[in-house]
Amino acid sequence: MSKANSLLKKAGSFLFDNKVMIAFSAICLAAILLSGSSLSFIVDGVFTRIGRNTFTVLALIIPVLAGLGLNFGIVIGAIAAQIAVFCVVYWGMGGFGGMLLTVVIATPLAVLFGYLVGKLFNRMKGAEMIAGLILGYFADGLYQLLFLVIIGGVIPVSNQKLIIAGGVGVKNTIDLTGNLKYSIDSVLMVDIVSVLFYAVLAITLIKVVLHLLKKYQLKKNDIILFGIVGVVFGVSYIPVVERFLSTDRLGLLAALTAVLIVLALLQVYRIVKSLFIEKAESKTLIKPIASLVVYGLLYGLTFVPEIEEVLLFAKLPVLPFLLIAGLCWFNHKILSTRLGQNMRTVGQSQSVAMASGINVDRTRVIAMVISTVLASWGQLIFLQNIGTFSTYGAHTQIAQFAIAALLVGGASVQKATNKQAIIGVILFHTLFIVAPQAGKQLFDNAQIGEYFRVFVSYGVIALSLAMHAWKKFKKDDAPSSGDPDKENPSLPPVPVEE
Amino acid sequence: MKTLKKIYDDIGLPRLIIGLFFIFLVVTSIGLGFSPAAIFSDVIRRWLMYGTLVLAMVPGIQSGIGLNFGVSLGISTGLLGSVLAMEISFLRNWNEVLGAGAPWLTLLLALVFGVVMAAVLGTLYGMLLNRVKGSEMTVSTYVGFSVIAFMNIVWLSLAFKNGELSWPLQGQGLRNTASLSGSFGGLLSNPDVVQSTQPAAMHWLAFRIGEVTIPLGLILVFALLCFFVWLFFRSKLGIAMSGAGENQLFTTSSGINVDHKRIQGTAISTVLGAVGIILYAQTYGFLQLYNAPLMMGFASVASILIGGASVHRAKISHVLIGTLLFQGILVTALPVVNEVIEIGTLPEVLRIIISNGIILYALSKTKGGNQ
Repeated sequence: MSKANSLLKKAGSFLFDNKVMIAFSAICLAAILLSGSSLSFIVDGVFTRIGRNTFTVLALIIPVLAGLGLNFGIVIGAIAAQIAVFCVVYWGMGGFGGMLLTVVIATPLAVLFGYLVGKLFNRMKGAEMIAGLILGYFADGLYQLLFLVIIGGVIPVSNQKLIIAGGVGVKNTIDLTGNLKYSIDSVLMVDIVSVLFYAVLAITLIKVVLHLLKKYQLKKNDIILFGIVGVVFGVSYIPVVERFLSTDRLGLLAALTAVLIVLALLQVYRIVKSLFIEKAESKTLIKPIASLVVYGLLYGLTFVPEIEEVLLFAKLPVLPFLLIAGLCWFNHKILSTRLGQNMRTVGQSQSVAMASGINVDRTRVIAMVISTVLASWGQLIFLQNIGTFSTYGAHTQIAQFAIAALLVGGASVQKATNKQAIIGVILFHTLFIVAPQAGKQLFDNAQIGEYFRVFVSYGVIALSLAMHAWKKFKKDDAPSSGDPDKENPSLPPVPVEE
Repeated sequence: MKTLKKIYDDIGLPRLIIGLFFIFLVVTSIGLGFSPAAIFSDVIRRWLMYGTLVLAMVPGIQSGIGLNFGVSLGISTGLLGSVLAMEISFLRNWNEVLGAGAPWLTLLLALVFGVVMAAVLGTLYGMLLNRVKGSEMTVSTYVGFSVIAFMNIVWLSLAFKNGELSWPLQGQGLRNTASLSGSFGGLLSNPDVVQSTQPAAMHWLAFRIGEVTIPLGLILVFALLCFFVWLFFRSKLGIAMSGAGENQLFTTSSGINVDHKRIQGTAISTVLGAVGIILYAQTYGFLQLYNAPLMMGFASVASILIGGASVHRAKISHVLIGTLLFQGILVTALPVVNEVIEIGTLPEVLRIIISNGIILYALSKTKGGNQ
């Protein structure tokens, strides 16, 4: 009886915790059914957009962790990226080399901008979100000044191809076809494997040398990593595998199979480990075995003709997805570093952090720098995939959409995870794709669907900001609360009565 | 020396820079050969056009909710009131039945609709803001955006008969900009409209002296609104409201319900927003629907901050000075820029930089003061 009760409670709290996500899933489902679009079309579109947008959304997580809230200032990272893109296109470079140069230009710019934004936010503690929003608009103004007036007006330009007919100001759109378009998407898998191998080889060699010099203790994991990468590199010379890897796109079916195999191997490793190494009781085996069954079922599902058709239709660019996976790993790993722990403490309570000797301001600035740099890289991935760089529009909505996507995934102002970011991107962009069609079917007007989508993206931000503020306000109001943050009188715009 | 420092402190650096910039622009444009009368008329027109929207900021700031970015709510109700009034006027054929009185009745009806809806929604909005104390500005910004996005759907689904409002041959959806020339456009401010449609007894509403246009009707209405707001903040209710904004603890202990005052302040701000957009449209001659009002809240906020208001304190003089400087710069910058470097978009860029820069400055000042 009590077990059923607790199960019910668990289900209830699951529903409550994920209410935003569940409500949004329902809207998405309704919109998909209404739109009548084919599943292949939707899945293909969603995966294209995942590759394009997830990196930017993931860039929002670290500021949330550090208590800076949703970083509306990522617009500034995007601006750094766009300045770099303009320079590279202007110099007539392209391809993966051109993209690397873009990164080399964009990163220091983004570091500088992020540093300045962080400094500014430290002067406006408690009002970071509104400040970030306004700062985004302000930076947009400066960006327009640079691109419309200073380029051509003050800085002379020799390459007139990108300039408005009068000789002053950059054109409205810059075509990236033939230079930066698909410069990340079109990297071959073979090349990725080789680069990875040589990188790991170099690192391992350095470690070995250090080990011999007795400056570093070589660990078992280092050897294992090198072994795995070496085997993969070796396997890539087998003709069949080489042919498979010599493309830049991976079919969704192949990708899904690969992911399932990796996950299954991981679970098998876990089972083996708990059985033979830790000699644990059989109870811990339930979860891995259940996971294995689920993976098997999922793989079985791909043989259903309808699903197979969808999976064969969609193709993924490999490198962006690997970069996204890498960023997820980074966001996860940073938590176990000293810096990550500091950020978390600062995010929970600045007074506590200060009392335990953490340099609060510095930690916040670092969080902003990381976020801004990541946002600028995210914008590069976005632009090279889109292929046309709309000079004055590409950055304006990025914070808006990225934040809405993150919130749709169930994140809040104080808590955000990789999982929420990815789920959010999937849901938000599904709606993106099907809303116009759904609007057309429902109201005989595609524009209404379009506006509905915009309304949802604003509305979800408004709602979740309001819910967060409400919760915080209630907490501050409660007499029993011993929250040390209450001493901090920096709540905008008037200090709440204490 | 001390008095000089005091004057400088009173004016503040941003206002000084912007004021000097405005004077520089005026002098330059006259130097470039533009007619001072035309510049003067333009500045007056734009000043009054935006004045009421900026005035709407005062009750919000005074009652303690801070900069009311959510004035878009009031703007939307004002627009909705206007289109409803115009549709009724068209269906009842007022132009034929009432003649010169038709635009007046339409204007009145638009105001009544707008004000009633704004009062109701503003109250609800005030209740929301009471629950999010400490984050009003962020929440109100996004509430404002959401309202505009929601109204986009409304504009698109309304099926009106009035050809001035709806797209021809579509049966559904309103125009992006609807001309008010057959309705109350320019009724208080445009001499041509007043002379041609109104009886001689009403010609004082807007007239020309030489080349200078005097929109006396609009001046009187705006002055009256300012006076009412001024008077209100001298009344018992208004003083209590200012108290609520200034020191919640003290006000509560003197037996005033702070939350009530904040709701009233928000509602008044929203109502003024509705009146403001109707006066704006009347002066401009067009109703701007869809995304046009999206950033109007920001312009209003920037204006009052330029006038010297802070996040906690605002006066009528801040409204007058701020709107004059902000709109004055925009009016005078365009011809000057066109003459000097021929980049037509520069004033727009300037507007973005100045308005957002001043909001940022004000925010950083407040926080700095608190720490």
